[in-house]
Amino acid sequence: MSAVTTAFTKAAAADRAALIGYLPAGFPDKATAIKAAIAMAEAGADIIEVGLPYSDPVMDGPVIANAVHRALTNGTRVADVLDTVGAIASAGVATLVMTYWNPIAQYGVDAFARDLASVGGSGLITPDLTPEEAGIWPEVSARYGLDRVFLVAPSSPDHRIARITSACSGFVYAASLMGTTGARSAVDSSAVGLVERAREHTGLPVAVGVGVSNSEQAAEVAGFADGVIVGTAFVRRLGDAISGEGAVSAARDLAADLAQGIRRG
Amino acid sequence: MAALEQLEKEYDAARRDPEFTAELDDLLKNYAGRPTLLTEAKRFGAHRAGGARIMLKREDLAHTGSHKINNVLGQVLLTKRMGKTRVIAETGAGQHGVATATACALLGLECVVYMGEEDTRRQALNVSRMRMLGAEVIPVTTGTRTLKDAMNDAFRDWVATVGNTHYCIGSVGGPHPFPMMVRDFQRIIGVEARQQILDQAGRLPDAVVACVGGGSNAIGVFHAFIPDTDVRLVGCEAGGDGGGRPYRTAATLGLGSPGVLHGMRTYVLQDAEGQTLGTHSISAGLDYPGVGPEHSWLKDAGRATYRSVSDSEAMEGFSALCTTEGIIPALESSHAVAGAMSLGRELGPDALILVNLSGRGDKDVATASAWFGV
Repeated sequence: MSAVTTAFTKAAAADRAALIGYLPAGFPDKATAIKAAIAMAEAGADIIEVGLPYSDPVMDGPVIANAVHRALTNGTRVADVLDTVGAIASAGVATLVMTYWNPIAQYGVDAFARDLASVGGSGLITPDLTPEEAGIWPEVSARYGLDRVFLVAPSSPDHRIARITSACSGFVYAASLMGTTGARSAVDSSAVGLVERAREHTGLPVAVGVGVSNSEQAAEVAGFADGVIVGTAFVRRLGDAISGEGAVSAARDLAADLAQGIRRG
Repeated sequence: MAALEQLEKEYDAARRDPEFTAELDDLLKNYAGRPTLLTEAKRFGAHRAGGARIMLKREDLAHTGSHKINNVLGQVLLTKRMGKTRVIAETGAGQHGVATATACALLGLECVVYMGEEDTRRQALNVSRMRMLGAEVIPVTTGTRTLKDAMNDAFRDWVATVGNTHYCIGSVGGPHPFPMMVRDFQRIIGVEARQQILDQAGRLPDAVVACVGGGSNAIGVFHAFIPDTDVRLVGCEAGGDGGGRPYRTAATLGLGSPGVLHGMRTYVLQDAEGQTLGTHSISAGLDYPGVGPEHSWLKDAGRATYRSVSDSEAMEGFSALCTTEGIIPALESSHAVAGAMSLGRELGPDALILVNLSGRGDKDVATASAWFGV
């Protein structure tokens, strides 16, 4: 059983949704990102997604796009992403990599899977990869025991939801709002319907992302989904902090706030 | 993804629908001014291209001043057919943006054009044209502030607005069905030119030359000639100003490697870790680190060859066509003109060369004035 599956099982046993926090490797710098992620886990995040910075993040809004641009400008490389995953996973946290596909294709799908597994990573979330284009990834991920997380969206018709959910392992990522990542003031109502539709096709946990920024929204989403994914709100706090220590404590505080929210949900 | 499936289905139905094709044909003829002329460039051929016989396919004479209108009319009609009311587009040189703004004005659709901030500066005339036509122009300030980044922001818009919005991609790139659909809308260039050169020169050309950024005008003129295996297909990429050094070139097919960018698997200018490299070309329309996947296929299959034309070679082509023929070409098209000059010298005076003059150069007079110091 993967660390991700274990995390969802544990949350379900406690009758609550899992909290999943995202941050890009190398932002605001490598060491601070690692400390912030571990602090998030200590404060209640069950799973961490480490973003692999990419030059053309078309699925991300300005907050994350600017953060990954800074991470790249600071010289963040794929090796740094693997180091980051290794450090967080060593602290006992289920850790996935969220990545656009081209860096994986260039590194080599098999080589990346091998290296990710060897540092203790749990799998990949691939926002710009469809199951049809996944090539050897399903077979390779199975060989290394890695999870494959593809995205479903409110615009996905049922035949696509069936196809996508059957290609997933670990959990299914439901993009709750049509659009790029970025905290919204209200959780979109289409998320409820999307989770219901996904559940008709899969027994995997369904986690909702894109749009959650505070404990009230986390509580709301936790009321109908198996997991609550928060990215932009963390990245914004890290970016607003004036010091590395400030960034770590801001991430910790937000995680604690969200963790309270999902326990109300 | 669902939007792409919808688009593929609607496009497939539209192209079989006689009413749709009749409406498009009527607009191409009576609005865009097709067929465009095929003009022999006698003085240019004699004095600047080794004596070769050069025929220019005059897409610069199409309404809005480039071949872009061919594709846009098709996609905007499709937008209406899908019941969508808003069109977004990316643009580099502004020619696709102007064409999209034009077609939206004609058909009463809302239009938003994303354009790199760097390009809004160097193609200021086209920014004004788009605004006159009622489009909103959004300068893009992320990344390298050029075409690639404009495309990123257009994708970001589209994933949030797909319910009422069509993304009118201007080149033969992006996810399926765009490369195929845009190719289909542009192939009229080669279909016309093939018949025109048979009528005017009595034979097929030895070579067809076109500039390649994303590659829509090149695919448009090449496509009808692909079965004519004796006709060389020559694409001219933007070599930039650094002898092919990273960040100072946009010669994707010559210097790139296979990768994934903007939803297509194709040649990409990238580093060893798959990060897209910044590009440079004096022409905003060729300043792009990817290329349409069909060009990658033509290259790998050996059916087309691609050569690099530097900024200074392109400017020499620009000047040569201005002064020998009285035609001011776009900087993009000037790469094809320069390619024809070297190809003409290579093939000699018996050669017959078809050059796709994809656009006119009014938008580029400021850049050219600065370059030549006039």
